[in-house]
Amino acid sequence: MKPTPFNYVRPATVEDALAILDEYPDAVVLAGGQSLVAMLNMRLVAPSHVVDIGELSELKEVSIDGDWLRLGALVRHCDIVSSQIISKAAPLFKEAALHIAHPAIRNRGTIGGSLALADPAAELPACLIALGGQLEIEGLNDTRNMDAADFFTGSFETALQRSEIIRTVKVPVLAPGYRTEFDELARRHGDYALAGLAALGRIDNGCVYDLRLAYFAAGEKPALAIAAAQNLEGKELSEANIEEAVALIGNDILPVGQPGCSEQTKLHHCNVLAKRVLYRMAA
Amino acid sequence: MEPMIDIQMSVNGLDVATRAPARQTLVDFLRYNLELTGSHIGCEHGSCGACTIRLNGDIVRGCLVLVGQADGATVETIEGLSDSHELADLQSTFHALNALQCGYCTPGMLLTAQALLADNPDPSREEIRAYLSGNYCRCTGYQAIVDAVESVAAARNGATS
Repeated sequence: MKPTPFNYVRPATVEDALAILDEYPDAVVLAGGQSLVAMLNMRLVAPSHVVDIGELSELKEVSIDGDWLRLGALVRHCDIVSSQIISKAAPLFKEAALHIAHPAIRNRGTIGGSLALADPAAELPACLIALGGQLEIEGLNDTRNMDAADFFTGSFETALQRSEIIRTVKVPVLAPGYRTEFDELARRHGDYALAGLAALGRIDNGCVYDLRLAYFAAGEKPALAIAAAQNLEGKELSEANIEEAVALIGNDILPVGQPGCSEQTKLHHCNVLAKRVLYRMAA
Repeated sequence: MEPMIDIQMSVNGLDVATRAPARQTLVDFLRYNLELTGSHIGCEHGSCGACTIRLNGDIVRGCLVLVGQADGATVETIEGLSDSHELADLQSTFHALNALQCGYCTPGMLLTAQALLADNPDPSREEIRAYLSGNYCRCTGYQAIVDAVESVAAARNGATS
C-alpha cells in the first residue's frame, strides 16, 4: 500500500523539530524510517506531518565521556557494527546489532528510532536495560535524563512526551572483569526474535556477580529476570546452579504468546537462552 | 490536496531536480517519475529486498525511504550499475548458473551480492546465505544464487591474486 498524504519537513535543528512537534499534534518524528516508513506504507499511522530529523549532524555523536559511552540518537545499526569505539566500550551493542534485520536495513535504522518505537521484539532496548543505560531526552524547555529501566512503559509505549526527542543514549563503558553476552531465537536470519536475551555480569574466580538478564520479545516490554539473577549472585556458574536459577525466570518474565509461539513455548525459549548465555559467560 | 516537495538528487550520475508527492517512497519515485523500473516493488514493508537500491553508496530498501529523505543524495539503481558494468560478472554468472528464473528478485540480489563482496571478498556459503537472507527469491531455492555469488568471489579473488 501507499502512505496517506502528509506534509514532509526537514528541520535544521532539534529545536526547530521540537517546535514543529509542539505545533502539530499529529506529527511524527522520522529518524531512519525502517519501521516508520513501513508503518506509513501500511497506513498504521496517518500523520499530518513527518518531521525528518535524519540529517541532523548534532544527533550523530559517538564519544566516550569519562566512564560513559555516548551515542547520538541517529547512530545507525551499521555504525554500531563498524565502530571500534562502540565495540570496545559496549560489545553487547555490536552483537545485538548484527541480529537486527538485514544489512540494507541496518544501513538506515537508528538506535534512537529503535528506542523511541519500543517494539517489544527489538534488541537495543533490552541491551540498554542490561547495561544500566540512560537516555538524554530533549524537550522544548529542558533536557532530562532518564534511566532506561523507566523509559519503556509497555508494548510500543515509552515515557517520551509528544514534544520530546531522544538526543543521546548513554551506557557505562564496560568495566574490567565484566562480560556481556547476547543471543536470540528466530525462525530465519533477520526475522523478529521469538525471544532474546542481553546479559551483563562480572566473573571473578569462576563466580558471577551483578548479573543482569534483560529479555526482549518475551513479554510486553523488555524486562529483567531479577529473581534468577539474584539467585546466582556470587555463585559458580555450574550446571546445578544455572538450572536452579533458570527455574525462577518465570517469576519476572511474563511471556505474551504470538501465533505459532505460545506463552509456554516463549518461556521455554527464555530458559534455553539463559542457559546458552550463562554457559558462554562461564567459559 | 497532495502535499508536494522540491527535490534534487543524482540518479545514476545524472542530476534530477523536480517536484514529487511528499508521501512518495524513493522506489516509487524512481519507477513512476523517472521510469527506472529495474528496482522492483514486492512487499512495501522492507521484508523482501526486491526494491534494493544504493543511497549514498549504501544498499537500502527503496520502499523504506521517502523521496524527501533522498534530497541531495546520490542514488544508484540496477540500470546505472548495469551500464557501468560494475555488476557484469555477477550478471553473467547468475545467467550461466541459473541463479534466476522469473528475475523479479534479481536486481536486489545483484546489488546485495555486490555489497557483500565489497564488505567480505571471500565469504563462506553460510555468510553468503546470511547476507542475502533479506532478499527473497520464490523461484530458485537459493542454491544457485549462493553458487553464483561464491563463483564470482572466487573469480574476483583469482583475478587479483
